[in-house]
Amino acid sequence: MKIRNRFLTEFFEDKSATVGFILFILFLIIAIAPSLFAYQNPYDLTQIYLHDSFQPPNHSFILGTDEQGRDIYSAILYGLSTSLYVGIASTIFSVAIGFSAGLISGYYGGWIDTIIMRIADIQLSFPAILIALIIMALWGGGINKIIIAITIVSWVYYARTARGIMLLEKEKEYVQSAKALGMHNFNIIFTEIMPNATAAIIVIATVRIAYAIVLEATLSFLGVGVPITEPSLGTLISNGYQVLFSGYWWSSLFPGITLMVLIISINLIGDRMRDMMNPRLER
Amino acid sequence: MALLEVKNLKTYFFTKEGIVKAVDGNSFSLEEGEILGIVGESGAGKSITGFSILNLIDEPGKIVDGEILFNGIDLTKLNAKEFEKIRGDEIAMVFQDPETSLNPVITIGTQLMETLLYHNTLLSNKEAYSKSVKMLKQVGLPSAEKRMQSYPHELSGGMKQRVVIAIALLNNPKLLIADEPTTALDVTIQAQILYLMKKLSSDFGSSLIFITHDIAVVSQLCDKIAVMYAGKIVEYGSRDEIIFDPKHPYTKGLIACLPKLEDSDQKRLYQIPGIMPSLLHLPTGCYFKDRCELADEECNVYPKKQLLGERILFCHKV
Amino acid sequence: MIKFILNRLFHSALVMLAISFIAFYIMFKAGDPVQLLLPPDATQHEVIEMRHTLGLDKSFFVQYKSFLIQLSQGNLGNSFIYGEPAFDIVLERLPATLELAVLAMAISILLGIPLGIIASINPKAMSSKVIMFFSLGGISMPVFWIGMLLVLVFSVLFNILPSSGRGEVYLFTSAFTWDGIKHLIMPVLTLSLFQLALIIRLTKSGMSEVLTEDYIKFAMAKGMPQRVTIYHHALKNTLIPLITVIGIQFGQLIAFTIVTETIFAWPGTGKLIIDSIQNLDRPVVIAYLLVIAVIFVVINFLVDIIYTLIDPRVSLT
Repeated sequence: MKIRNRFLTEFFEDKSATVGFILFILFLIIAIAPSLFAYQNPYDLTQIYLHDSFQPPNHSFILGTDEQGRDIYSAILYGLSTSLYVGIASTIFSVAIGFSAGLISGYYGGWIDTIIMRIADIQLSFPAILIALIIMALWGGGINKIIIAITIVSWVYYARTARGIMLLEKEKEYVQSAKALGMHNFNIIFTEIMPNATAAIIVIATVRIAYAIVLEATLSFLGVGVPITEPSLGTLISNGYQVLFSGYWWSSLFPGITLMVLIISINLIGDRMRDMMNPRLER
Repeated sequence: MALLEVKNLKTYFFTKEGIVKAVDGNSFSLEEGEILGIVGESGAGKSITGFSILNLIDEPGKIVDGEILFNGIDLTKLNAKEFEKIRGDEIAMVFQDPETSLNPVITIGTQLMETLLYHNTLLSNKEAYSKSVKMLKQVGLPSAEKRMQSYPHELSGGMKQRVVIAIALLNNPKLLIADEPTTALDVTIQAQILYLMKKLSSDFGSSLIFITHDIAVVSQLCDKIAVMYAGKIVEYGSRDEIIFDPKHPYTKGLIACLPKLEDSDQKRLYQIPGIMPSLLHLPTGCYFKDRCELADEECNVYPKKQLLGERILFCHKV
Repeated sequence: MIKFILNRLFHSALVMLAISFIAFYIMFKAGDPVQLLLPPDATQHEVIEMRHTLGLDKSFFVQYKSFLIQLSQGNLGNSFIYGEPAFDIVLERLPATLELAVLAMAISILLGIPLGIIASINPKAMSSKVIMFFSLGGISMPVFWIGMLLVLVFSVLFNILPSSGRGEVYLFTSAFTWDGIKHLIMPVLTLSLFQLALIIRLTKSGMSEVLTEDYIKFAMAKGMPQRVTIYHHALKNTLIPLITVIGIQFGQLIAFTIVTETIFAWPGTGKLIIDSIQNLDRPVVIAYLLVIAVIFVVINFLVDIIYTLIDPRVSLT
């Protein structure tokens, strides 16, 4: 308990990190229940009117409307929900898979290690976007599919880190004593060693949520991401981009700013956590 | 005039948890050619004393008071540029861990030569090279010329420390500060390095401040000894006085800790009971009182300075 | 040394084989573009005939086998869409992409490292905070968003830069003509911003850590002037791990060209791959992947060699 309290107080000493944290919590709250904060559900066709379309920001639609009359402000809130959902879900899955794979790979060594690391090597020698792009382009869009695609490209990072930590910890005395006490390997990995790797993984995962969100946004922008019925911020930006040249700047600018602020807030949190884990630097 | 006169030096660290008074009002002096030993436990403030002289204190530390007179010049008043001239030239320092003192990606030769070239702008590269080789030979580094092209990771700990000493002595400094130079080395190498330092400082005419936790070492090496405890000097005098006639209970305790050949009937090594207080939570009065057999209510006030001949002492009970 | 090279070549060939297999399988599963190539009112007979001509009616292993045989002869097949050799098509578009990538990498290194150093020397100074604030923004903006913003400002709002296409090309590059440069500015900026921000951050954190090391203190203790300590002693230690990262990042950069070329309609391989995936043009997709794989292998190889040359603690074995 004490360690966690100290962690929290230290974290909040940094002003920008605190701002980032507050923003992120705000985004999270909105994402969980967008209908509470939005004027309309822009994807309920009964709530939008075509004659409202292409309105610049005004009193009834504070951020304007898009080509179908949807309120941009509401669309952003729903889009935020989708973006965060995909980002967090895919991160949770990739952590679960990657972390376990890395720990097992590092602990047992041998052919398991070779196989897992070979796969990781091949995957890492290719940029994630490319792999995800090919998967999504040929598999079709869809929220669950994109979560799987992002998970596929992301698990390697956690696996690598977990394995690295495992290799270090494996040689330490507490592991030898656990073995001498007759503890089962599985137990050793997940009750003794894993906690030591958890801190590092949490820091990486925090930053990579941002990366997952950007990846999804990019894929949606290219048209191979989430479906149109449940757009993410990336989809909104993409839609807006198409009418950008006609001068309708608000439909892509505001979703873009939202995305940017979201990513910045996550990065602020991740940065602070990473600095805190580094004992050398002045706090 | 003494080569070095430190008057009432105070180096404090302003941390989040409070002010750490690492060096709290210490004074000592050093003549030319003298060897001064600063002894104390880890965390007593000895290394900080050494760093303070060269103004190498990192944030959040600061020299808050005192004078450091080197040949009459007050070092605390100098700016960064002026310090760059003095460091490595008139005052040099040897650090504790030879493994980390040398830059791992630059050759030994370059690290030696740059010390010469930056302080002596008229020197040619060739001259710097031959002086460096000569110095490496003087510190007893085997295959000195070959070693000029080597990288630090190719040398053992003892060899690295010799290189560090060589770098420190290259410009013939008047004062050499050695911060626990042998602590990180094997015991057998320790003796060699100690002997080397004593010989070189006398050969080159440099004064030496030797910082260590090992009172046995200072007893062999030094002319004067200052004993530090929790940031303050508790006893300061000539070597013979301190070693053979220690007055302060702490100094006595340190000497009693040493195993002696005559004590064949003593089964257990003596230990001073308790531990040094954290510099964040110093007791009122004498800092040593909680570990001292002689302590009483008198010790709740910090002892005043006592002069016993040439010796300086801070104790109520002696 | 020879052993190292051979080992690497073998390893890389294995990787490329694996990639070609996976890609082939995925594209095979995805279907073929016969529907796209023929007019909508084509008869079933015409569809079957075209499939047969293109050899797409055979089983997976037969098709893969013929692919491998062709590959060993240096032939990657003809594009289903363009009819020309897939390899040639990719190669033709490569200079445009490399132009963007190299320029972007150059900018990010030439600007990023100095800015990172400045930010690390005095982290509390206003200039450092501004630099770090800028770099935070840079890594938080998706590539497509940066491109879009630039287009919004410079093409839509102020109309001073063209928003699509590549300018006049002279000697393989468009950087020598004014028209070329006008077309280059926004795509290169888009591509380089993320890299620049990343390199600033990595340089700063690397330098900050190195500056706390004992050997820096020792350099100061022997009176080295500040600029020597920073630019010689500290920088060398920071740059060494940075080189590896930059090498890996080049791969990411190539990936980002896909997005950049889409936004700016830049005639490079990025746009080609998007179109080819959507057109189910399997030979081109595979050709692209293999060419990219070769580029990566070469870069990784160069990075490893350079690393062993500049870090005295590491040898090839």
